[in-house]
Amino acid sequence: MDTAMPYVLLSAILFALGVMGVLIRRNALMIFMSIELMLNSANLALVAFARQWGQLDGQMFVFFIMTVAAAEVAVGLALIVTIFRARRSTNVDDLAQLKG
Amino acid sequence: MAYSEFDPSQFLAIAPEIGLVLWALVILAVDMFSARRIARRTLGILAAAGMAAVLILSLLIAVPPAGVMPQIGSDPRSVLGGMIRHDLFAFVFRIIFILAGILTCLVSIDFRPARAGGEYYALLILATMAMGLMAASNDLIMLYLATEASSFALYLLAGFMRDTPRSAEAGIKYFVFGAVTSSIMLYGLALIFGLSGGQTHYGAVAQVLAGADTRMLAVLAMLLVIAGFAFKTSAVPFHFWTPDVYEGAPTPFVGFLSTASKAAGFAILMRFLVYVFEPPFSQASVVWVQLMQPLAILTMFLGNLLAITQSNIKRMLAYSSIAQAGYMLIGVTAFGFAYSRQSPEAAADAVAAVIFYAATYMLTNIAAFAVVSIVSQRVGSEQISAFNGLGRRAPYTALGMTAAMLSLLGAPPLVGFVGKLFLFRAAISDDLLLLVAIGVVNVLISVFYYLGIVRAMYVERSPDDEQPIRIPAATAWVVLVSSAAILFITVASMQFWSVALDAAKALLN
Repeated sequence: MDTAMPYVLLSAILFALGVMGVLIRRNALMIFMSIELMLNSANLALVAFARQWGQLDGQMFVFFIMTVAAAEVAVGLALIVTIFRARRSTNVDDLAQLKG
Repeated sequence: MAYSEFDPSQFLAIAPEIGLVLWALVILAVDMFSARRIARRTLGILAAAGMAAVLILSLLIAVPPAGVMPQIGSDPRSVLGGMIRHDLFAFVFRIIFILAGILTCLVSIDFRPARAGGEYYALLILATMAMGLMAASNDLIMLYLATEASSFALYLLAGFMRDTPRSAEAGIKYFVFGAVTSSIMLYGLALIFGLSGGQTHYGAVAQVLAGADTRMLAVLAMLLVIAGFAFKTSAVPFHFWTPDVYEGAPTPFVGFLSTASKAAGFAILMRFLVYVFEPPFSQASVVWVQLMQPLAILTMFLGNLLAITQSNIKRMLAYSSIAQAGYMLIGVTAFGFAYSRQSPEAAADAVAAVIFYAATYMLTNIAAFAVVSIVSQRVGSEQISAFNGLGRRAPYTALGMTAAMLSLLGAPPLVGFVGKLFLFRAAISDDLLLLVAIGVVNVLISVFYYLGIVRAMYVERSPDDEQPIRIPAATAWVVLVSSAAILFITVASMQFWSVALDAAKALLN
């Protein structure tokens, strides 16, 4: 997988950045963006592999993932708006009503 | 070609899903176009009736043919371009999901805080539909899409009580955890796609991976995918969301989440691992076969030990559901070992044990959450102390709850005992004696908290002991039907076991 390698490495870096963002950021919106970064890193890897192997399934998969990501935005933003209405904050550290 | 050529009759393989989607649209339309806003109660009953109709219809027309002999290099059960596998394994799981959906609709009717309208029931039906596709999926793309489709509906349902900050918090916690783990899973799927030379069909991927010399990367990809499954089944170390989401989300929905969603997680877990990383041919399979055992042990211990310390009944049941996932992982462990030593009978036994356990757990846990949803509304508290004196205030409901608790515990005559027996037997036939011993120790630990509820209901007194709790009809029916089913399956366990065994055999050939 030589031609795909640089792209796959880049996608791995993006994925790691996304994971770090999720772990470090405290704002729900930033966490959300980091999740999108993780999804798109998988997209990049899929496209690179699809080109490497000449299999269009990977590109098709990416289309589906983009659709899923759009739906995820709708669901995620709806939930973030709900929590913002209740708390006047999107900081996940404020989400501490449920614990024990 | 690894799958059958297309012909329209293959749509029978997704007939239940087609029916469910249509019914979800009908529910939304009825909600929208009815002249005076239709009573929510009617919508709930309509949703349950429609799901029951879909279940009966698919039992009549869409049961997968049993006697198809697989030919070399082709899989006649793999239909619709290889996306779906039309086998009894998927079908039995569908029955579990749809039954869970029906019972949950009925319990939701009388759960006032959720004010469940058309969108609630439509989301519930769509989640059920997506779980059916999860169980049947036979392709990386289908696996991801079905998993996400079910997750989205579940996120929204968890945060459904918009005006209740606790429900909103449950929704967003579930969403963030779910979205992160599914992205991790997706990256694993992308790596598998790359390693297999651009294949997405399970069978084709497995063929390439078995011959490839990329063990480290394959193991990494597999672990990433397992993370996604562990989230779905709430196995350690991806269990953190469970107690918070269970506590905040609408109670009837939690009954659905803890049973159907978990069963769906186990369905994809078993099918994916054995189709893509088939032991002993795939080099990476050693890792998952060995990994399941410590996972089972940790999940059982964590769930049971933390459940003891809880005072909120929903949190307690959340940790209990983590522990129950641990028991089911015993079956998956036995499955891996049996498959590795190429003993199809033992492997089928183990899979059947997991299916049987998931089905009975569905009934018992939904009954338990039905009781919790009513008692917590009537008493106005979700603490275990809310159950004080329930044996006098609502004797029949308390009896149903006792049956559910004893069955979850695995007390001998009830079905939970039979289910655990099957799981442990599968593990013993693979010489996993230590695992079985740990399982038994965990059952003993769980005596504390399950019997704690029973004790609260019958021994403790509450100031309102004289006031009976009125149980609404729909919920009473759910408790009655599921308790009756618990007893019935106990008596007829061999018949149900043989169905589970047929389903397991369908997975393996």
